[in-house]
Amino acid sequence: MENQEKMNKEKLKSMEAIFEAKIANDEKIEPKDWMPEKYRKTHIRQISQHAHSEIVGMLPEGNWITRAPSLRRKVALLAKVQDEAGHGLYLYSACETLGISREEMYDQLHSGKAKYSSIFNYPTLTWADMGAIGWLVDGAAIINQVPLCNTSFGPYARAMVRVCKEESFHQRQGYEIMMTLCNGTQEQKDMAQDALNRWWWPSLMMFGPTDDESTHTEQSMKWKLKRKTNDELRQQFIDQTVPQADILGLTVPDLDLRFNNDTGHYDFGKIDWDEFWQVVKGHGRCNKERISARKNAWDNGKWVRDAAVAYAEKQSDKEEVKKAV
Amino acid sequence: MTNENLIQYLYGIADNSLILGQRLGELCGHGPTLETDIALTNISLDLFGQVRSYFQYLAELSKDDLTEDDLAFLRKEREYKNLLLVEQPNTDFAYIIVRQYFFDVFHYMLLEKLQDSKNVNLQGIAKKSIKEVAYHQRFSGDWLLRLGDGTEESKQKVQQAVSDLWVFTDELFHVTKDDEAVIKAGHGVDVRLLKDDYYAKITNQLKQATLEVPETKYFQKGGKQGIHSEHMGYILADMQFMQRAYPDMKW
Ligand SMILES: [Fe+2]
Ligand SMILES: [Fe+2]
Ligand SMILES: [Fe+2]
Repeated sequence: MENQEKMNKEKLKSMEAIFEAKIANDEKIEPKDWMPEKYRKTHIRQISQHAHSEIVGMLPEGNWITRAPSLRRKVALLAKVQDEAGHGLYLYSACETLGISREEMYDQLHSGKAKYSSIFNYPTLTWADMGAIGWLVDGAAIINQVPLCNTSFGPYARAMVRVCKEESFHQRQGYEIMMTLCNGTQEQKDMAQDALNRWWWPSLMMFGPTDDESTHTEQSMKWKLKRKTNDELRQQFIDQTVPQADILGLTVPDLDLRFNNDTGHYDFGKIDWDEFWQVVKGHGRCNKERISARKNAWDNGKWVRDAAVAYAEKQSDKEEVKKAV
Repeated sequence: MTNENLIQYLYGIADNSLILGQRLGELCGHGPTLETDIALTNISLDLFGQVRSYFQYLAELSKDDLTEDDLAFLRKEREYKNLLLVEQPNTDFAYIIVRQYFFDVFHYMLLEKLQDSKNVNLQGIAKKSIKEVAYHQRFSGDWLLRLGDGTEESKQKVQQAVSDLWVFTDELFHVTKDDEAVIKAGHGVDVRLLKDDYYAKITNQLKQATLEVPETKYFQKGGKQGIHSEHMGYILADMQFMQRAYPDMKW
């Protein structure tokens, strides 16, 4: 008995050593590999949260599909929202390899246990929001996600490579919508400015709390779930986006924003963290609508999924009868 | 055949794809699974792609300087010539599938014949679209089987949808004066000749799905004349919103 325990302990130690060595050597961890429980849990949390963000993210833009102003824009928007569904699909599949089912993940989303990106709790009020979301929200997502293409967990890294390619296409498409508006009538320019005013600050919040407030960063850095801090990523986004706003002829809604020649970066004003926490805790403008839309889709779809399972079972029964005969 | 005959004939085909594509677009993000969401969006995308091909050709045919968007967004309700079937609402997944299946089978048969049109533009669009519609038909046909021969609940729901939507199938085979002229010129398809095959095909599929074939002799019509259901005004209010609220702008 004691021997057995000793052997188990030694085995565990050697597996831990193999795991640590892989991480240190920049090798991928694959689903069949041994991994510490904490690694598994952290990845389930992050990947499922990311997957949920993709599918909840379909809703604010889906809100404008029927009202898109031209056939070309309608097709592009449909395709974009469909891409987000595809991202959700790869990410759920990547997460399933860690031993959690899609049903469980949905339950966690519907019950509020699992989070998704707070940005999708803001309403889409005009067509210009389709431009602003592509430009800013997909833009911020890319900055958050490009480093994940090299993350340590193989299925997540590979999903991210595909996702990032499409996100940069979305970002260009969004910027092009903004450009068209800004080259249009005064009413269109006003619409674009209004969208920037509403989406700017929530986009900055997409990088999460400031570094001194954010938890478990060190562990995440080691596992390559994170390579830069929230504040570094946010700064990168601002530095990249402000000149793009200048080209559009739009004003970023921040009176403290100015280029700092000493640092080579933009200084910017104070983020309203109370608003951030309000939305994270479930009290944003659209938290309730978004969750209930997802829940309704799932609940109303139950009979459909049941039918598909029942049908498939009947078919395989028939196959077996055929084989037996 | 006059130019106007051809224009009206084209609306009669293209508006089906437009309005059904619009209906499917309402569903994006709300389907029973992520996979069905993606598939229905795909169908919607195919249909809008077809609409754009037809409308670009229509814009060429029209004397005024019209664009595809003028045709899609700026006509009056009476000027839309789609079938009543495609404007029916997304009541539930059973309705969505049955509406799709009833349309897809017809659409496929129509395109099959349209490939032989004397009109090279129509020939080209039909050849490109038929591959897409073959997939639509497989998708909706497979789901019809699953829902029909799935659970008691799904059977009852899909049977209801079949009974309710059946009354719109006869209109698929109506021919207007404009159609008549275009058919005569060898540019259009005489849909009356497709009717028997159509009913044979869907009856067979319904039986395979263990569903009852409705026996009603009463059918609805009017879409082809621009006399739509009460749903149509709302579809257009949504679809035309931007173009009406912000006229004469580029997007
Ligand atoms: Fe994303
Ligand atoms: Fe995405
Ligand atoms: Fe995206």
